[in-house]
Amino acid sequence: MSQASTEIVRISGHAGSVAGVGLNREFAVCKLVDTTTCIGCKACEVACLEWNGYTFTQTSFDNSYQTMPETAWNYWNLIKFNEHERADGSTMLLMRKDQCMHCADPGCLAACPADGAIVQYANGIIDFQEANCIGCGYCMTGCPFNIPKFSPTARKVFKCTLCNDRVSQGLEPACIKACPTGCLHFGTKSEMKELAETRATQLREVSGFADAGVYDPEGVGGTHVIYVLHDAKNPELYGGLPKDPHVPWSVRLWKGPLKWLGNVAMVGGVVGMALHYMRFGPKKEEPIPPAELAGEVPKNETRV
Amino acid sequence: MTTDAISRNVADRNSDHNEDKIVRYTFVERVNHWIGAFSYIYLLITGLAFWSPYLYWLAAIVGGGPIARSWHPWVGLLFTASLFYTFTEWRGDMAITDADRAWGKAIPDYIQNEDDKLPPVGRFNFGQKLFFWGIFYGVILLLLSGGVLWYTETLPWSLRFVRYAAILIHSSVALATIGLFLIHVYMSVVLEEGSFASMITGYVTRAWAWTFHRTWYYDVIGRSKPKQ
Repeated sequence: MSQASTEIVRISGHAGSVAGVGLNREFAVCKLVDTTTCIGCKACEVACLEWNGYTFTQTSFDNSYQTMPETAWNYWNLIKFNEHERADGSTMLLMRKDQCMHCADPGCLAACPADGAIVQYANGIIDFQEANCIGCGYCMTGCPFNIPKFSPTARKVFKCTLCNDRVSQGLEPACIKACPTGCLHFGTKSEMKELAETRATQLREVSGFADAGVYDPEGVGGTHVIYVLHDAKNPELYGGLPKDPHVPWSVRLWKGPLKWLGNVAMVGGVVGMALHYMRFGPKKEEPIPPAELAGEVPKNETRV
Repeated sequence: MTTDAISRNVADRNSDHNEDKIVRYTFVERVNHWIGAFSYIYLLITGLAFWSPYLYWLAAIVGGGPIARSWHPWVGLLFTASLFYTFTEWRGDMAITDADRAWGKAIPDYIQNEDDKLPPVGRFNFGQKLFFWGIFYGVILLLLSGGVLWYTETLPWSLRFVRYAAILIHSSVALATIGLFLIHVYMSVVLEEGSFASMITGYVTRAWAWTFHRTWYYDVIGRSKPKQ
């Protein structure tokens, strides 16, 4: 938004047209990950850790390049290595940089109960404000991409910020800065979309990947991280990238109709009870008929 | 508690006044009730804070969001323990009988405070029994779904549907228990005079027992009578 203060709307005592009026500056940022030119060097992982001040954690070895199984609360950026056998029997290594997708319609934000713990900026960045996070983990339920991760020590949830601290200062995210092949790009959403489509067309028409395409899923309103895939028809091949991601319907139901139903029922119940009391009044004990009390308590035979 | 225990506590058993006291709840039953009540109120305050942004301020009055998040599950366990103790004590008294079903058919009379038209009932009426079993089975569901929400991060991604189910079950069952809770508080604190005091002092008057729980009243009084 800092650009807005350089954008002139009116100038006093100025004859003629005003420079820049009518210019449409796009705020929406986007990271483009071209999986077809990624070499799996993990430079983006290192840059992410360095910039965000995290140290390397224990790795694992399971006879693949995958030395971390998935992103963690202190490991926000991870290349997913997938060995894919093609129809002709040859093997292809599909590498996808996994991180927060920065959805336009974020499920984490929809599910979060804590005031100000998740913020969506006008440029599309979704950022967690850990000071406001209560550690309930609802964001983990709302996210269709398995991104927010809980830190048992901090008891708060963390994820990729799209380097909001860098972007707000006019810098590109750390992962972009570190990428040696140029498979990572950063710019406005429309620029990146155009570049991605150009590359996908090239892949289809020149490189023989007939199903190449851009991953910018509509189900979450589009994302501010988009992919170029060799096979856009099967995004699941790229380490579980969902084909049609959307905020879980149970989260929608819970935060929508159920909330209104519940609120109306609770308020209605209290009002109903007040009306009941005003209409029928209290239940009072009644004196026991003297005949029953006279002399002695009732005999066992009088029990009902 | 057993009926014999109640009858041992019948105060001033030779008097025939309406205001004679009968023990309705033992000391242990009352303490357990208030452990359950206060833990439920805490769960209600913190739960409503998580439920709606317009009620998030409720978390502030019990120490803030992160503390509410940390304590809510533990207090939930305390409430469960209190309820399960109640279950072991009152299971028999809460069994639903044919008399209850007859009483249930006359529930419009009960709602309109025409209690003299109702069939006599034992220690607890059908409404109280439905309340008890509603809370009992509700808490089992809340416990299971709450466990999932407590340790959401330990659930593998492939089992995420369990999270989706838990979040719906926990909120909708909690709403159902809130409905039961509101009715319970209204009836015992506001509507039925003498009920609230009985859960503090343990006593009801003989006339109260005769009016609202006649079968139980005869049970207590009849047995307290020296054998002839």
